[in-house]
Amino acid sequence: MVALWGAVPLAAQSPLSGVGRTATPEEIRGLGLAIGPDGSGLPEGSGTVAAGRELFATHCSRCHGPKGEGEVGPALLGGQGTLATAKPFKTVGSFWPYATTLWDYINRAMPFDKPGLLKPPEVYAAVAFILNLNGIIGDGAVMDASSLPKVKMPNRDGFVADTRPDVGPGAPSRPQP
Amino acid sequence: MKPSFPTSRRDILRMGAAAMGGTLLSEQEALALDTPGTLGAPLGPYGDRSPFEKAVRWRRESKTPETGSSFTPLQDSVGTLTPSSLHYERHHSGIPTIDPARHRLVIHGMVDRPLSLSMADIRRLPSVTRTMVLECGGNSASEWAATTAPDVQRSFGLASCSEWTGVSLPLLLAEARVRPGASWVIAEGADACRMERSIPLAKALDDAFLAYGQNGEALRPAQGYPLRLRLPGWEGNANVKWLHSLKLTDQPYMARDETSKYSDLMPDGKARIFSYRMEAKSVITFPSGGQTVPGPGVYELTGLAWSGLGRIERVEITTDGGKTWTNAKLQEPRLPIAFTRFRLPWRFDGREAVIASRATDETGYLQPSREALVAVRGTNSVYHFNGMKFWRVRADGAVSNVEV
Repeated sequence: MVALWGAVPLAAQSPLSGVGRTATPEEIRGLGLAIGPDGSGLPEGSGTVAAGRELFATHCSRCHGPKGEGEVGPALLGGQGTLATAKPFKTVGSFWPYATTLWDYINRAMPFDKPGLLKPPEVYAAVAFILNLNGIIGDGAVMDASSLPKVKMPNRDGFVADTRPDVGPGAPSRPQP
Repeated sequence: MKPSFPTSRRDILRMGAAAMGGTLLSEQEALALDTPGTLGAPLGPYGDRSPFEKAVRWRRESKTPETGSSFTPLQDSVGTLTPSSLHYERHHSGIPTIDPARHRLVIHGMVDRPLSLSMADIRRLPSVTRTMVLECGGNSASEWAATTAPDVQRSFGLASCSEWTGVSLPLLLAEARVRPGASWVIAEGADACRMERSIPLAKALDDAFLAYGQNGEALRPAQGYPLRLRLPGWEGNANVKWLHSLKLTDQPYMARDETSKYSDLMPDGKARIFSYRMEAKSVITFPSGGQTVPGPGVYELTGLAWSGLGRIERVEITTDGGKTWTNAKLQEPRLPIAFTRFRLPWRFDGREAVIASRATDETGYLQPSREALVAVRGTNSVYHFNGMKFWRVRADGAVSNVEV
């Protein structure tokens, strides 16, 4: 009985029980905002195309060009219909499958030299302007946590599963993880 | 007057000559006698390589050097390990300076016990060590084009091999108690852009670990100091550096670096997504582009082979442009997902030779030709090129890439 008493808790414990502590809500808030394609994680706030146009001129056009045509940074529009050609032009408008990705990426990584600078309403505005540049949303559209996940990107259905091994005589015997 | 201490054989000889009243040795004579007894440099706290060694990473000129890649000089490597100082780099917003005393890893989302761990907590746990290759998903992107890269560094140098030490991720996930329904882990780094990738929970629970050690010391800052996600056999980008967040979710988050980047565009305009695995690959490092074979004679033809799916079983070499193939000798031990050095004695007879290697891994997969890859994937998929690399050894010994 004594032996059993000692053995049960040992067996129930993982080798690291007691290591670390419970993460606090503040600590979790301090991490990057991760946004799911269903809009999970999107914060409050909203932004218009007009506000985005102004913000773009201040923070974005230096690298992406005044009209988003690309300079040091990549072009943000164009290329629709080119993906199956010899010279595919991959942009937000032609390639990106989810508008939420644009919010997530601008929020965490842009502007390049000051990532994290933009507040959520500014990120919504920048996203609205870039989507409008691509003709995906209208001039009067407002982007927020409700409207953004509903935006259907032109290349939404352009992604498929990885089917490798796709080349070589050894392919058929390859285990599929 | 403080007596000066003679510090070299040359000084001693000079002093001796002076003391005996003889003529001083000329500088030339002293140099000739100098070498055997000359004291070298004193002990030091952290080692440097010889000033005669010049191998360095290669990188493109850029207006934004905080993002981009630097390539390992594979042509200068010997054995199977890459020195940490020459490990390839790929950063998106520069290398952060992180104080490990303040760094924490938070495991949150669909878990019963959101967990916050200090580096001291992590280092207390049972450790695992694995020698493994890390390869950028975009390694050899140059090789899709008809004009391929001119040397092995620029064509295959976004791959490096280190001994990695860290903590099993399944162990930590068990401690956080993952909720039923969770199927993905969103990994985020603490760099300026907080680079993120979605990782299938199945991989995290299979063989993933969190590395804090590389080649016997702490990770280099460029490799994710103090903590990096290591996913054996999967593309470098998914091995998130400066790891500070693992969020359990029921869906991938479709991050920029798994949709817009690191997806493989096929000829039909569809792109393969979540193509993490790195397939079998090899390349000859000597003789390779930019080198010169000094003249006719016997040389050791050598190179590196690896596979993200296991051990290398065979490496074959052609010196006649692919007509005939000969098995190379493989350096043991052949570790899974690690660089395997291959060698083959080769007589250069002063006539042009077109050489290449092809690897077979333990799954039976044979490294394809570039043509076979292009036939299936076209030339616009950017990522995951693992085709053969042909070098042309000219009659005068100069080695270059082969135009296709």
